[in-house]
Amino acid sequence: MVTIELFPLVGGFAENKDIARDIRRDQILPALKNGESVVLDFSGIESTTQSFVHSLISDVMREYGSDVMDKLVFKNCSETIQKIISIVVDYMQQT
Amino acid sequence: MKIYLPHSAFLGNIDPFLAAFDPSHKEKLEITANKNWIFVHPVVLAMVAALGLTVYRKNIKCEKIVARSGHYLERMGLFKFLDIKSGMKITEHDPSGRFVPLTQIKTSEQLTKFLTEMIPLLHLEPRHAEPIKYIISELVRNVLEHARAPQGAIVSAQYHAKNKTIRIGIVDRGSGIKSTINQSWDASNDLEAIKLALMPGVTGTTKREGGTEQNAGAGLFFIKSIAYVNRNFFMIYSGNAMYKLLKRSGAKKIMLHANPNLDRHSERNNLPYWDGTAVGVDISLDTTQEFTALLDLIRDTYSEAVKERKRNRYKRAKFI
Repeated sequence: MVTIELFPLVGGFAENKDIARDIRRDQILPALKNGESVVLDFSGIESTTQSFVHSLISDVMREYGSDVMDKLVFKNCSETIQKIISIVVDYMQQT
Repeated sequence: MKIYLPHSAFLGNIDPFLAAFDPSHKEKLEITANKNWIFVHPVVLAMVAALGLTVYRKNIKCEKIVARSGHYLERMGLFKFLDIKSGMKITEHDPSGRFVPLTQIKTSEQLTKFLTEMIPLLHLEPRHAEPIKYIISELVRNVLEHARAPQGAIVSAQYHAKNKTIRIGIVDRGSGIKSTINQSWDASNDLEAIKLALMPGVTGTTKREGGTEQNAGAGLFFIKSIAYVNRNFFMIYSGNAMYKLLKRSGAKKIMLHANPNLDRHSERNNLPYWDGTAVGVDISLDTTQEFTALLDLIRDTYSEAVKERKRNRYKRAKFI
């Protein structure tokens, strides 16, 4: 299992989509490719944007399908962050 | 180009200001102003500043501001932006608790820095800061990613203590919404393009549901929803069109619409042509709903909009 701590990378307001893309490309996708589960740890992060979360996980869901949600876990998320992640996960499964 | 700073121009009464803008002769800029009083929304100042960035300094003519409230323009940094000496002698106050001066943002890093520094300037509680950071981040990233604006985004904000409202303006002189949306869609005019951009799941980068790996086409829908739920104005002006979300009546049940035509709004399709996009948003701190409750509504509306678009694409069985 690979745990990615996001706060040192994005700060307290996770909104930089370029960094999200780098995390996805350089950490999430290679770990999944190796058959590992990925924990995205949001501790220290107060809020995020839909665009950030979309950039972080939409392509992962598109590549691996909905089943990837069994291997992708979100940790220490505030209520706001949980809801924004849920919006993205929902619409990616509907498309 | 000619632009006139009127006595008053806020989102509720901004139409005459926009209609008076003269976009001809792009190589020069003439700024005139009301002589008694100037009280305008930050989006108005951001528009003037953005125009100034596209014209050589020697071609900018700004009449002497004599209105008593003219020092507001100085403090918001308008004359610095235009590289003009206003001649005004004012005591520079610490801007904390009052306003975010005009700021040019051209890179992702500058945006991150701006977001970090802006909230302390406005002295906001976390529940008020959350939607404001959200709005500015999404709108400025739209400019950086889609607008092809060499000058980037011009941002400004002001807190009005009397009615406890944060007013935000974000402006660019880029390619405009129609040009961006029509990379994948077929909007026949600027107003149609703005309305498409406001629909959840519509992005200029692809026609595919769910967007691309970097764009979902949800940003403007989120922002319109924040303004709608909190009973605030939200205005987009691009090309010769403007869409303005009007204040929702407090008594009515909150119901988000994916289709912007169903929201209480006004629209114009015959305004002077604005190269790029100007967005103004008001956030009333008295009526700020919990951001998390708003997200539940967005989730339901977004989901229904995607389903409806899919249903519209269903092929029907043909019976002969």
